[in-house]
Amino acid sequence: MAQHESTYQPNTGVERWLDDRLPLPRLMHDQVNAFPTPRNLNYWWTYGGILTFCLAVQIITGVVLAMHYQPSAEMAFDSVEHIMRNVNWGWLMRYTHAVGASMFFVAVYIHFFRGLYYGSYKAPREVLWILGVIILLLMMATAFMGYSLVWGQMSFWAVTVITNLFSSLDSIIPGVGTAIVEWIWGGYSVTGTTLTRLFSLHYLLPFAIAGVVVLHIWALHVPGNNNPTGVSVKQNSDTIPFHPYYTTKDMFALTLFALLFAWFVFYAPNYLGHADNYIEANPLQTPPHIVPEWYFLPYYAILRAIPNKLLGVIAMFGSIAVLFLVPWLDTSRVRSARYRPLYKWFFWLFVITCLVLGYLGAKPPEGAYLTFGRIFTAYYFIHFLIIMPLLGAIETPRATPKSITEDVLDKASKGDGDAGAIAGVSGAPAAPETR
Amino acid sequence: MSISGDSRRPSRTLRGAIIALSLAFVGTGLGTPAHAASEEPEIAKQPWSFSGVTGHYDRAQLQRGFQVYQEVCAACHGMRLLRYRNLGEPGGPEFSADAVKAIAAAVEVPDGPNDDGEMFERPGRPADAFRSPYANDNEARAVNGGALPPDLSVMAKARSIPTHAAFAPLGWARDIIAGYQEGGPDYLHALMTGYEDAPEGTEMVEGMHYNAAFAGHQIAMPSPLSDDLVDYTDGSPKTVDQYSRDVSAYLMWAAEPKLEERKRLGLRVLIYLIILAVLLYLTKRLIWSKLEH
Amino acid sequence: MATDQSDSTRRDFLLVATGAFAAVGGAAALWPLVDQMNPDASTQALASIEVDLEPIEAGQAVTVLWRGKPIFVRHRTEEEIKLANEANVSDLPDPEARNADLPEDAPATDINRTKKDHENWLILVGICTHLGCIPKGQRLGDKKGEFDGWFCPCHGSHYDTAGRIRKGPAPRNLDVPHYEFVSDTKVKIG
Repeated sequence: MAQHESTYQPNTGVERWLDDRLPLPRLMHDQVNAFPTPRNLNYWWTYGGILTFCLAVQIITGVVLAMHYQPSAEMAFDSVEHIMRNVNWGWLMRYTHAVGASMFFVAVYIHFFRGLYYGSYKAPREVLWILGVIILLLMMATAFMGYSLVWGQMSFWAVTVITNLFSSLDSIIPGVGTAIVEWIWGGYSVTGTTLTRLFSLHYLLPFAIAGVVVLHIWALHVPGNNNPTGVSVKQNSDTIPFHPYYTTKDMFALTLFALLFAWFVFYAPNYLGHADNYIEANPLQTPPHIVPEWYFLPYYAILRAIPNKLLGVIAMFGSIAVLFLVPWLDTSRVRSARYRPLYKWFFWLFVITCLVLGYLGAKPPEGAYLTFGRIFTAYYFIHFLIIMPLLGAIETPRATPKSITEDVLDKASKGDGDAGAIAGVSGAPAAPETR
Repeated sequence: MSISGDSRRPSRTLRGAIIALSLAFVGTGLGTPAHAASEEPEIAKQPWSFSGVTGHYDRAQLQRGFQVYQEVCAACHGMRLLRYRNLGEPGGPEFSADAVKAIAAAVEVPDGPNDDGEMFERPGRPADAFRSPYANDNEARAVNGGALPPDLSVMAKARSIPTHAAFAPLGWARDIIAGYQEGGPDYLHALMTGYEDAPEGTEMVEGMHYNAAFAGHQIAMPSPLSDDLVDYTDGSPKTVDQYSRDVSAYLMWAAEPKLEERKRLGLRVLIYLIILAVLLYLTKRLIWSKLEH
Repeated sequence: MATDQSDSTRRDFLLVATGAFAAVGGAAALWPLVDQMNPDASTQALASIEVDLEPIEAGQAVTVLWRGKPIFVRHRTEEEIKLANEANVSDLPDPEARNADLPEDAPATDINRTKKDHENWLILVGICTHLGCIPKGQRLGDKKGEFDGWFCPCHGSHYDTAGRIRKGPAPRNLDVPHYEFVSDTKVKIG
């Protein structure tokens, strides 16, 4: 799968025996230990490892929770409290799983923005990017279903509202949307039947994610990593073996991330959730403010910005779908925003747009909130559909270094303003580029 | 965001645009909720022994809070997720084993069916769930004029004070850094001390009571507390304010019985991770030191 | 040379220290994942049960459920008690009493399998000590085995009228749970 020569040397008889039959140690050696990695990756490149950690934490704590959870309308809420009160370390498992979902999204969003900034989606990494978007979609589905399992008020009404999105298809072919929604529900409203199937799928999808992650890493290891210069690897001195250089760097970054994670688990476990979800689901009463979890707020803002039901749903799904097209919407011949004076600014404008949409998603859709929601929704799509293709034509990129090595050696003496620029994002537990 | 030395003119224009947009946005963010604030009552944060990194419950306060619950609240509100044994478990009010047995035995709990197929009542045991005052929600509504007194088991986590009143990233950051998780007890304290005469011109619905902390200000529950209502034996003031503090703390414990265990373990985990981070940083630096980067 | 050596010692120390510290943390994190499967607080707190002995006549037995296990309560006849007392403890496959209320090394005499002054009542955990089946012998028509107590149909273990293993693959006598007589006709198990 990788183009570099295998450097694996089986030393013992057992290793030689296994190498002829199942060359797993060779695969691990070539794809992990010795994998040639650009020598200039900064801390924004540590989120791949962090995300693997998040997935592992979610699957492990999730399997544990499923040992104690009861997926029925009568038992779900109480069984979650049983986990919190009676099960040994149950509170730790549940809070880690709940906070873990948020941390997973923190990491995945940073990972996405890093890809957008450094042009990691551009040829030859289009498939890698597309697999990433598929993982994001699977994560969103999994997180949504997991949230429903608590069977609190927010769980129940989130299921009601989100499944009802499909009823918008009624405006194309009357009856089809309703039929789909009833099929999802297994009834004429959200009931315990719905809960049980959401539980089944919530348990299944993480393993699908793990599968796509394997493909994602495979697709990464064919062209190799992008890097902050965006310049392709040209010579041996451009790369260093993944181990021990990036294993130690990733581990350090992961520990910092774990600190943030642990802070939420132990000292603010309910901060990212909503109080109403500690009220058991009541099909007769909708809470006064229903809001999704924070990681869905931007999409929620886009949904509500459009006054037409079907178009709103299309815009919301379109905001993810447009990501699939990014490799072809970007027409620039330079990958990294470091050498793209215009794109750099539009990138930050886009980041702000996403944050603002997130804020608006938590607000009632009225007055100025709605107006701003529309403006920023429009800009979200303008960024991808107009600015990205246009910039390639009008922007004059700065000269890129001839090679990664040249850039590294240059910088070792001079320093670079770009590292400071990207470190300006708040909230991320990462240091600026290494010097 | 730092500006790289060679930023061209278009960047400056754009930067201006971004700043302007952000300011405009923050402006509306701060401005708009002003009218929302009048709907959402302002609720002040209270000092609690269980807040912060080293927070822990005050045993005497939890015992007093339980007394208030039992003598006042329990007449209408159940706590079905609690068991009498919880009252004696570490990290809670920590009543003695005998006291827990006595509290449980004072309650007649439904059991059965017996060998004759009949349901019966017997004195409670520590493993029994708190007995609810009503057989079911419908009876509760019927007795309370249509209003259902909610179960209080997780009430302290099911309520919070409005933190979304203003666009305040600094406020969010402050709450995260402080580990602020006491919105529930803050609200409950405000609710129980929030009964007052309705302002002139308020049209009160029949059977409702005016409460400054309650959303919409009209609450079905009449003021449950009054001075000297509960007879404290430890010399604590017998005031509505003290009663509501104690019962709010008790409800927080009921909703989050593992809080002390969580905070204790959390401190160890954080210290471990900080040491690990330092070690890994040194290791990483050592390994990279041979390489120009 | 000297500095090179101390450098590499320092390096080795740091790597080993970091690795060991990370491993300790990883191992500690495993414990909650293992411990969560142990009986939880609600299971541990499961109440004891009371059994009314009045309706059980001599020669009859009832089975009650305690902590998810069948408990055999047998009202023994004089003959059955005599039979149990005839056995020589030192000849038994398992000479220990297996009584939760007695020390571990108490001999498996009939009195040690029951309570003083209540020798006619035999109370046992009705689970074969071989592989966990429930022995036959509670109902009147049941096959009670060669020693007139219980017979486990799974692998052919024979228990006598004091619930002691006499023949077959089971290694231990049936366990006697913790119980006490609340009154002459009422027993509290657990």
